[in-house]
Amino acid sequence: MKLVTGNDLATGDVIWWTGSGWTRHIAEAGDAGDQGEAIARQEEAARRVNGPYVIEASETPDGPRPAHIKDRIRALGPTVRPDLTLKPADPNAGSWVI
Amino acid sequence: MYKYDEYDQSIVDARVDEFRDQCRRRLSGELSEDQFKPLRLMNGLYLQLHAYMLRVAVPYGTLDSRQMRMLAHVARKYDRGYGHFTTRQNIQYNWIKLEDAADILAELATVEMHAIQTSGNCIRNISSDQFAGAAADEVTDPRPFAELLRQWSTFHPEFSYLPRKFKIAVIAADEDRAAMRLHDIGLQLLERDGVLGAKVFVGGGMGRTPMIAPEIKDFVPADQLMSYLEACLRVYNRYGRRDNIYKARIKILIHELGADKYRAEVEEEFAQVRQLGIDPPAAELARISAMFAAPAFAADDGAVADRSDPDFAVWLDQNVRAHKQPGHAIVTISLKPIGGIPGDASAEQIDVMADLAERYSFDELRVTHAQNIVLPHVRIADLKAVWEALVEAQLAEANLDLISDIIACPGLDYCALANARSIPLAQKIGQRFADLGRQRDLGELKLKISGCINACGHHHAGHIGILGVDRKGTENYQLLLGGSGAEDVSLGKITGPGFDEDGVVDAIERVTDTYVRIRETGERFVDTYRRVGMQPFKEAIYG
Repeated sequence: MKLVTGNDLATGDVIWWTGSGWTRHIAEAGDAGDQGEAIARQEEAARRVNGPYVIEASETPDGPRPAHIKDRIRALGPTVRPDLTLKPADPNAGSWVI
Repeated sequence: MYKYDEYDQSIVDARVDEFRDQCRRRLSGELSEDQFKPLRLMNGLYLQLHAYMLRVAVPYGTLDSRQMRMLAHVARKYDRGYGHFTTRQNIQYNWIKLEDAADILAELATVEMHAIQTSGNCIRNISSDQFAGAAADEVTDPRPFAELLRQWSTFHPEFSYLPRKFKIAVIAADEDRAAMRLHDIGLQLLERDGVLGAKVFVGGGMGRTPMIAPEIKDFVPADQLMSYLEACLRVYNRYGRRDNIYKARIKILIHELGADKYRAEVEEEFAQVRQLGIDPPAAELARISAMFAAPAFAADDGAVADRSDPDFAVWLDQNVRAHKQPGHAIVTISLKPIGGIPGDASAEQIDVMADLAERYSFDELRVTHAQNIVLPHVRIADLKAVWEALVEAQLAEANLDLISDIIACPGLDYCALANARSIPLAQKIGQRFADLGRQRDLGELKLKISGCINACGHHHAGHIGILGVDRKGTENYQLLLGGSGAEDVSLGKITGPGFDEDGVVDAIERVTDTYVRIRETGERFVDTYRRVGMQPFKEAIYG
């Protein structure tokens, strides 16, 4: 599957395209199919996202998992500060990245 | 310490106002990211993996307790309660919101701080010796010259759009504590026949093409130094490549032209520039120097530190250095706890360091390029109290210049450019060598980790260096041996094929075991490496 991701303009937060808008949670991201580049261009032009780009991901029971470690770290947060990730209460969250 | 005059304050305030308007226009959609990016970068605002990142300048690494408390305040109010001290003697915040950026700069401006010269193709924050003004071996305090260069280079209209970024370091001792020859320009202040001047090195740097700066001028008198540097920059600005970002640094120009040809071009330009009268009058240097006058040190009371507490004694031996003023000492606070994140400090720890500086170090602190903090002027009689406060704040790691005193870039945990994580590796190495007795037996061993070829973690200059690379989507680590950023400057060499994260930690242990087995009396690791070469280590690593 293909995901569109970028950063929120005002906060800089990592965000993911859901199919109709943006979310901070990759589990809510939607498959952009072959429309990824067009969505990225359109959303950037509308100033709703900063630096959008398309990535490869695989579908898993827990939701999409980006193919590249960089995007998995973006999705969760820094592996060295579990308290600052999106899942601070989950001690095993880091294993999803690695 | 330097204090802003009305002119300094007005340009910093004006810059904040300008950036506030630029942020407003970006947030309203008036500016695109392509239009806004160069503007935000000129104000130290990057977009990293998780958020905007703000890099705040600490000119030549010097700051006072009021400024340090402001850094804690920014961490607490606008970030997530911590900051990251960098190899350019600056601080970075990793979780900044664009909507807060101008407010942060406005708050910083109230304590004479800013984010100017922390990004873009300009002359970056001037770095210097963290022991300046305290070291027994300096010929003069290098900071007045660094401050002069800061004023000269700030918003210099001719050098605001150089082919590439430009880094300058100034030292004034034979011991190089600032990696001076790995800068675009390195200045070593020295005295010759009673005249103060500088030896000038140009064209050093790390990154993907590491080079040691060759000596370009044996001696430039201090009253001509600015003209000479202007000439050095002009020649670069004229001939430096702008067609290829990877070949745009001055080191490439000098490598391609040759040092002799570059020197000749500079001399020709220098002859012209000298006529322009840009060198400041002696009175201006005197005015600035007066602000760096030595504090009112107490008379030597003959105090000797009580070494009866073994932990305190180890810390004294490892983290405290001789001061030029009898009865005083230089304290380095390690930001490298075992298992911690190199260079990170919480807002509370930053406040503690500010309090200690105010109470015990004539209100001065320094940020080191090795990502530690220095209290430059501590009375020997106060060392125990300082150490006890540091223990309380978990800042008393006694590992300065040992294998766990690791320089590490933020790596793939934070940085958009990185290919591999640096911090987890630093943590694992620290844990593997956690035993302080073992570390001290290994002696001075500078280990430096970069998460990509841009070398922010100075891996080329590590006695042991590690470079993280991306190998088909997985992290891989190359090992380098034999580098140094000190006065015995050298570039590390790659041992061979890379390793995964655990593999590189094992490889380092085989390297240090080999060192222990073959070292001769008094040899540091890098000395042994230079004596025997790569082969014994390679055999130990790869069999």
